[in-house]
Parts: sequence; C-alpha cells; structure tokens
Amino acid sequence: MSDYIISVKELTKCFGDFTAVNRISFDVQRGEIFGFLGANGAGKTTAMRMLCGLSYPTSGSGTVAGWDVMREGEQIKRHIGYMSQKFSLYNDLTVWENIRLFAGIYGLSKAETEKRAAEALERLNFSSERNTLVGSLPLGWKQKLSFAVATIHRPKVVFLDEPTGGVDPITRRQFWEMIYEAADGGTTIFVTTHYMDEAEYCSRVSIMVDGEVRALDTPARLKEQFAAESMDEVFRILARGAKRGE
Amino acid sequence: MRQLFILIQKEFTQIFRNPFLPKLIIVFPVMVMLVMPWVTTMDVRNVSVAIIDEDGSSLSRRITSDIRAAEYFTLNDEPTTHGEAMALLEDCEVDVILLIPKDFERDMTSIDPQKLDISANAVNATKGSLGSQYLVQTIGSTLSKYMSEQCMQQTSDFVVVQNRYNPTLNYRHLMIPALMIMLLILICGFLSAVNIVIEKENGTIEQINVTPVGRFTFILAKLIPFWLIGLFVVSVAMVVAWIVYDLTPIGSLGNIYLATILFILGFSGFGVAVANLSNNIQQTMFVMFFFIIIFMLLSGLLTPISSMPEWAQNFTIILPPRYYIEIMRAVYLKGTTFVELWHNFAALGIFVILFNTLAAITYKKQA
Repeated sequence: MSDYIISVKELTKCFGDFTAVNRISFDVQRGEIFGFLGANGAGKTTAMRMLCGLSYPTSGSGTVAGWDVMREGEQIKRHIGYMSQKFSLYNDLTVWENIRLFAGIYGLSKAETEKRAAEALERLNFSSERNTLVGSLPLGWKQKLSFAVATIHRPKVVFLDEPTGGVDPITRRQFWEMIYEAADGGTTIFVTTHYMDEAEYCSRVSIMVDGEVRALDTPARLKEQFAAESMDEVFRILARGAKRGE
Repeated sequence: MRQLFILIQKEFTQIFRNPFLPKLIIVFPVMVMLVMPWVTTMDVRNVSVAIIDEDGSSLSRRITSDIRAAEYFTLNDEPTTHGEAMALLEDCEVDVILLIPKDFERDMTSIDPQKLDISANAVNATKGSLGSQYLVQTIGSTLSKYMSEQCMQQTSDFVVVQNRYNPTLNYRHLMIPALMIMLLILICGFLSAVNIVIEKENGTIEQINVTPVGRFTFILAKLIPFWLIGLFVVSVAMVVAWIVYDLTPIGSLGNIYLATILFILGFSGFGVAVANLSNNIQQTMFVMFFFIIIFMLLSGLLTPISSMPEWAQNFTIILPPRYYIEIMRAVYLKGTTFVELWHNFAALGIFVILFNTLAAITYKKQA
C-alpha cells in the first residue's frame, strides 16, 4: 500500500464553459493534517466534492484510500468522513438520534454505536445534551457534533469544509484539539479554512487560486519561499493575482 | 437491512415530531369525507317546472299532481300561457316548461295522439338536461299507470330506467371512492415529494450522499412510511364512509387494499422522481400541481371518461389514477372481483415498476 492516502493527478472539473478546478495534482500522506486553502470561489469545495465521490471529475485521475474517484465513489464513501460547509445534521433529531442514524448507516452494531456515542459525548462534554434537539444547539456545538458524527465510524480520511466558519475563538481552539486527537489516532485530515492561524497548525498546506494549486508545502517552508512573516502574508501574495472575485 | 430499519426509524421520528403532519394525517381524511361528498354532488334538485295545461282533463291534472309530488321539482303556478312561461324561462325563473296540448286525453287512443311539449333552459346544461329527463320519467310512469287502468294497450313503449348498483342514483356513493383517491394523491404524492426536496434544501441529503447508503435503501426508507400512512388514511376514510354514509364495499376489502398498495407505491415513486429532478420546494410543488390537476380532471374522478372526446380517452390510458378509480368504484359499488379487474391491477403494477425505477434512476449520489 502506498504512503499516500489521497493521490490526485490533473484533476479537472468543468461546469459548461467554466473550469472550476483546473488540472490540480497533489498527494496527501497518511496521518497528515492537510490544509486546503484558497480564496472564495477558488474551487476548493468543488475539488473536495470530487474526492468524496459526490461529483464526477471531468478529466484527470485520483485515488482516495486506494479507490478511484471516477469509478469507485461508493467504495470511497465507506472509508471517509465528510463535514460540509453548511451544517447538515438533522435539526429535528436529537444529538443521540443523529449519532445513531449515521453510525447505523456505516454499519456499526448497536453495542458499538452505544459505546462510541458515549465516548464521543464524553469527550465533547455533551453527555447532558444527549436528548436535546440538534436544531436548538449553538453553532459551535453543532460543528463539534458534526465532527464527532463524521468520525464516528473511524474513517481513514476526514474531509472538513470550513469547519470553523462563524465559530468563536475558544470553540475554534477546542475544535482543533479534536482534529489533533483524530490525527493522532491515525486519521488523515483534509481541511479547508479561511483562518490563517489555523493554516499554521497544518502539517502541509496547499493554496488554490483560480482553480489551480499555486503552492504546496509545509507552512514553514512556504513562508521561507515567499519571504513572508506569516501564512497570512503568503496567502495575500498568492491571492492578489486572483481573477475570480467573490 | 439494519441500514433500512434505521433510516425508516429516522423518517418516522421526523414525521411524528413535526408539529403539523400527524394532525394532518388524521384530520384531513375525516374532513374530506365529511364535507366533500355533500358538495361535489351533481344530483339535480329543485328543478322549477311550469305546466301550461291547455287540456284541463283528469289525465292532465293527474300528470300535474304527480309532478308536484316528485321530489326533484318545484312547481311554478304563475304562468297561464305558454308565452308567459317562456318569458320566465328567459329570466331563469323557470327551468323546464311542460305544455299539455288541448284534447291530449281524448286523442290518447287515436291514431295520431297529441304530443307533450317540453322546453328546457339549457344554460346550466346539467340542470336542463337532467331536469327534462326526470320530467319525461315522471310523466312516463303516470301515463303507463293510466293506460293499464284504462285497460288500454300501450301505444308506445315507455322507457323504464333501472339504476343498478347505485339504486337511488346517489351521487355521493359514486364520489366517496373517488374522494379516497384524491386523499391518497394529495397525501402520498405531495408529502413524499416535499419530504425529499426539504432534505435537499437543508443540505442533509448531501450528508447522506457522502455515506455508503445505497440509493434504493434511501428511497425505500422514504417511501415505506408514506405507504403506511396512505393505508391508514384510506382505512380512516372507509370507516367514516361506513359510519356517516352507511356505505361499505360490496366487494372484498383485500382487493381494495391491494389496489391501494399498488397505487400508493406507484404514486409516491412518482413524487420522489419529481423531487429528485427539482431543486427547491417551489419547483416541486408546481410540477406536482400540474400533474395532479391532470390526474384529477382526466382520470374519471369527477366526470366519466366515456363522455370525453376520443383523444382524451386515449390519453387517460397513461394515467395511473384512472385504473385505481375504476377498481375502487367497481369493488365498492358493484362487488367486482379481482379476475374481472385483473388488467387494471396489472396496469397499476406496471406504473409501480415504471415510477419507482424512475425514482431510483433520478436519485444521483454522485453528479
């Protein structure tokens, strides 16, 4: 088995005349926290949707957890977790019912679901909210719960699309602690974000501009390469030339 | 299997937690069954009749009193000449005029008997035609009684209409099975379609699409609750029909439930397909309304298919409710058996396969 959990070559997605993702290539190592950065409209979500088997690539190739993104989308789905930009658990179900639903979909047994749910709720300090409707939780809690649900089946890779958007700094901090914990457990993290301080936490970072990957390296080396003080500066140098606005 | 069970459990939790749906499922069939059979009636009553009796014989008075006694008519005694009556007809004061010519009784036995003259206001076509029909029937029965009393040989055969299966020609009995179908179309079609498109709008369907859940499993989990709700709704409607209208199916309940299951299966599959192809609730609702109006007006629910123009009759072949309505009316009112109706059941079966295949094909986990 190769060391790369995600491997992408020349991956392209066009919507009519518009090329949302233009021949991107990169590899993600097992156990890495891979930061997938880019301005709004750069094509991050489209690229991520192709990797998750939600969208067919127009051309190019790629594998996720050893399965082909073009032909084996349903196999990929067994081995990944996904947390979309928009909160998408069921608001009219309770915390426990949401966990039970997704654990059941991934084929966890009743006993196993019970055990993992208790663990996850314990870790989140959520045990008292077990029977609360998810819709009535504050956003930061919802995001933490989403992450717990996305990793309930211990996936090999988890895709996080702007998981901390609109979340307060303390909760953001807690969220990244959860990410680190999962990464320590051997789960590869593929995360998009607009917070450059978060980019510093990543093992490696790629920056997308106008549908292309313009830079890819560790945060330290990227700063060196662009003679920048912070990731924030690196991002600005690269994104300044962007033609696609918001 | 466990996946399916868990998804169905989720659907039921959501339906029962909804503040509105459980009430709708109970109140809707009861209300429709209590109110609609009374208002969707085409029985013609209170036909206003003016009789111009130029004969003044015992027979003509007998005809008049029989008409006065019939429940459908109200007699307008005002006009005394045909001209006056025609004026009232134009003002819509009178619906039908009966003119009994002079010497009508005397000439009954002659070679060339006088003819009764009936003029009807057909602006309201149903009332005009049914009114004059009732009048002909009433007079016919009076005349045949009169003739047998007089030991006369009947000069002409009077039409004797016998309405079988719905002996009192009660329009409500015809409408009740049809109303049950209307309930199912609304509840199973709309609810299943809206249910799926709401998941699209909330983005929750994407979270499902990124899991390994099979698309048949997901669709089936969406449909099964609505099948059960549909069967429940029909049962409630049948109980109401029994208690309130004393109408119970003459045929077997098994046939009714079999047809109902097939129809719901097909129709909720159709709703799911529409939802799959639309992006938001507005789109789904408009497309569903479009089809439901066609289904309601063209499938014999309100007007008989046999009186539609031929092209429309041919078109009804592709409408699933048509077959279901035929089954329901036949089983309910005539007690028709499965063997006689097998082609209707087969047609419903074809629609089940067709629509559910469509629903499964149009549901795409990966675009």
